[in-house]
Amino acid sequence: MALLQISEPGMSAAPHQHKLAVGIDLGTTNSLVATVRSGLSHVLGDEHGHTLLPSVVHYAENGMIVVGTEAQKKQNSDPHNTIVSVKRFMGRGIKDIDATQLPYHFAEQAGMLQIETRAGIKSPVEVSAEILKVLKARAEQALGGELIGAVITVPAYFDDAQRQSTKDAARLAGLNVLRLLNEPTAAAVAYGLDNASEGVYVIYDLGGGTFDVSILKLSKGVFEVLATNGDSALGGDDFDHRIYCWILETAKLSPRNAHDTRLLMSKSREAKEWLTAHAETQISCLMSDGEFVNLTISCEQFTALTANLVQKTLSPIRKAMRDAGLTIENIDGVVMVGGATRMPQIQQVVAEYFKQTPLTNLDPDKVVALGAAIQANVLAGNKSDDELLLLDVIPLSLGLETFGGLAEKVIHRNSTLPVARAQEFTTYKDGQTAMSIHVVQGERELVTDCRSLARFELRGIPPMVAGAARIRVTFTVDADGLLSVSARETSSNAEAHIAVKPSYGLSEDEITNMLKSSFNSAEADKSARMLTEARVSAGAIISAVNAALEADSALISKDQASAIQAEIQRLIAISATDDTDAIHAGVEALNHATEEFAAVRMNASVSRALAGKALDEIKL
Amino acid sequence: MTQNYFELFGLPPSFSIELATFETNFRKIQSASHPDRFVTGTAAEKLSAMQLATLANEAYQTLKSPANRAKYLLELQGITAISETNTAMPTDFLMQQMEWREALEDAKAAKDIFALEQLYAEIQLDGKSLQANLIDLLDIKKDYSTATDATRKLIFIDKVCADINKAIEHLDN
Repeated sequence: MALLQISEPGMSAAPHQHKLAVGIDLGTTNSLVATVRSGLSHVLGDEHGHTLLPSVVHYAENGMIVVGTEAQKKQNSDPHNTIVSVKRFMGRGIKDIDATQLPYHFAEQAGMLQIETRAGIKSPVEVSAEILKVLKARAEQALGGELIGAVITVPAYFDDAQRQSTKDAARLAGLNVLRLLNEPTAAAVAYGLDNASEGVYVIYDLGGGTFDVSILKLSKGVFEVLATNGDSALGGDDFDHRIYCWILETAKLSPRNAHDTRLLMSKSREAKEWLTAHAETQISCLMSDGEFVNLTISCEQFTALTANLVQKTLSPIRKAMRDAGLTIENIDGVVMVGGATRMPQIQQVVAEYFKQTPLTNLDPDKVVALGAAIQANVLAGNKSDDELLLLDVIPLSLGLETFGGLAEKVIHRNSTLPVARAQEFTTYKDGQTAMSIHVVQGERELVTDCRSLARFELRGIPPMVAGAARIRVTFTVDADGLLSVSARETSSNAEAHIAVKPSYGLSEDEITNMLKSSFNSAEADKSARMLTEARVSAGAIISAVNAALEADSALISKDQASAIQAEIQRLIAISATDDTDAIHAGVEALNHATEEFAAVRMNASVSRALAGKALDEIKL
Repeated sequence: MTQNYFELFGLPPSFSIELATFETNFRKIQSASHPDRFVTGTAAEKLSAMQLATLANEAYQTLKSPANRAKYLLELQGITAISETNTAMPTDFLMQQMEWREALEDAKAAKDIFALEQLYAEIQLDGKSLQANLIDLLDIKKDYSTATDATRKLIFIDKVCADINKAIEHLDN
């Protein structure tokens, strides 16, 4: 057996060591985890070799939480405690969904909806975290070590609340989120790298519960999203539902109980899958009241039933094409992603619209996870000389409520990320000292038609006549597509700052509490673990700053360099103690001390890049 | 960073830009500064990456759009093309604008997407000739006063086109 190498405390591990990072496709119907091994992206299977994990969570009578195929088997017999398609509830309130069609008991509550189960009230974030935990365990088992992080994919058309919920779920599952990546972009990476494609590509991504369309320009390893659009409540599930309604109507069934609803939905789904490759199928099942349903549905009937669902995907496509300023002649290829695109009627309509045969040579279920794994591998730093760069956009405009309930857009949809924009507002009344700021997301003109993301108050505005105050509100959207907002009265510098999450997300405390309660270890173990983690992060920053000084100390004065050196020495000394908080403070201080140095280095590296030198020549 | 957008992109400050160099340099800047490059970096590195990548995106959007590029060039000359006190527009252009607006309203009322697309194409043609004009005014003659008028027209053309697109989108829903 090979001996394990352990580096000296405070020193980082060897730079060439492969860091374990994965890509996770957290899907409505199925979820997957993939990783890059020996330069190739692979989807990881469970002990039976199954790669698709059904996104189903069952809260069992014995207190166990079951995820996947075994949970799926319980959806007919125990529908209230078996959560399927939880992705549809992420960042959503009870008003956003049609609760009458679902077998769950929803808890009455403002903000994100909650489901009552025998294991207590569960938020969609907690349910999703259960799925992620299984995938994390699967990956760590297969790779034989702890993950340094994961790229989690989200529908491109997810709004801020849905993205934030996904990130919260990953953190709750104990995953370090390297990046939230848009699903069509992930698919483009897998497809583009696999086929060495160049040009303008459309990604048509119809998943179980969401529809996305992204238009990307692929050029020398740069994947630039030109426009994206979609419908975050349209997917393969809706096609099942059309068959379900058809069964009720054709068999003249009265409204059904939860068990029958689930059974008929399962039968509908089987029928849909069968019709992908067959001319007709039989649907037969026994209802709980003894009634026997026996029907035959043909491919033509199914196509007619779902024609308007397929048509519904064309409107987002036209919008994206207009936003990108393109016509169909400009499109070099259309890549089909998501299990639902296996339906022949979809491929046909897409082919007719774009006047070309869509590309289906990659497995539509796996391509998103494969692309996410490639990105995770690059972000983890395993491929420093890699040319891969993803430039993504914000899918929905961000704005503020102004007088009269109108939404004033501050950042327009399809702006390339990261993006920051400031807008000035003024007071409405004489002597007004506070202002309520309401952040919304969406394209409509009325605030009530947009999604409310957060409300916060800016206080301490000096009393002035109406219209004299100058309130500057700055929106910043990071590379994950997540928003933070700050506001400042420019004549007095009164400042309010928030990270946007209150309306639908979890607070920092809630996450901490959930994480704490999930640890079963003793208090002493916990603090030991926290101390170790603090020392590791101290060691990481010390070696990063030392490397930076070695490469670029010429960019700053001797005094600046020695101030940074002093901060390093201080942190080394603190790291030798057992004071976790002091170590964190020391890390913070060293970070602060290097801010200017980091900015100077960034400018220098940009100048060097423009001067035409490759990145690896200049030792970043 | 105190340099202007043209300096950031390594381009001369002119209305006519070498599109290929502009695009290539944008990618180079993003390759060096994008937050994806610093996911495992220190907090200070992440912060400066975020700031530079944001600036590069802002600069890219500004220089890519002819109307915004002209407006920015004038700003570098200390001229604000659009301000609360400076909205004067020649009468003939105002007439032209009213005609466009009327055509837009008519097509909207008739729910005629094709007419809207025709109008869009027609106005874009006018925009193109204004752009050709601006190369002459800004880069050769350096006649900033006339260029300000042309820039203002171009900005209004962009607005009308955005409204047409909005109308098309509305009808499409």
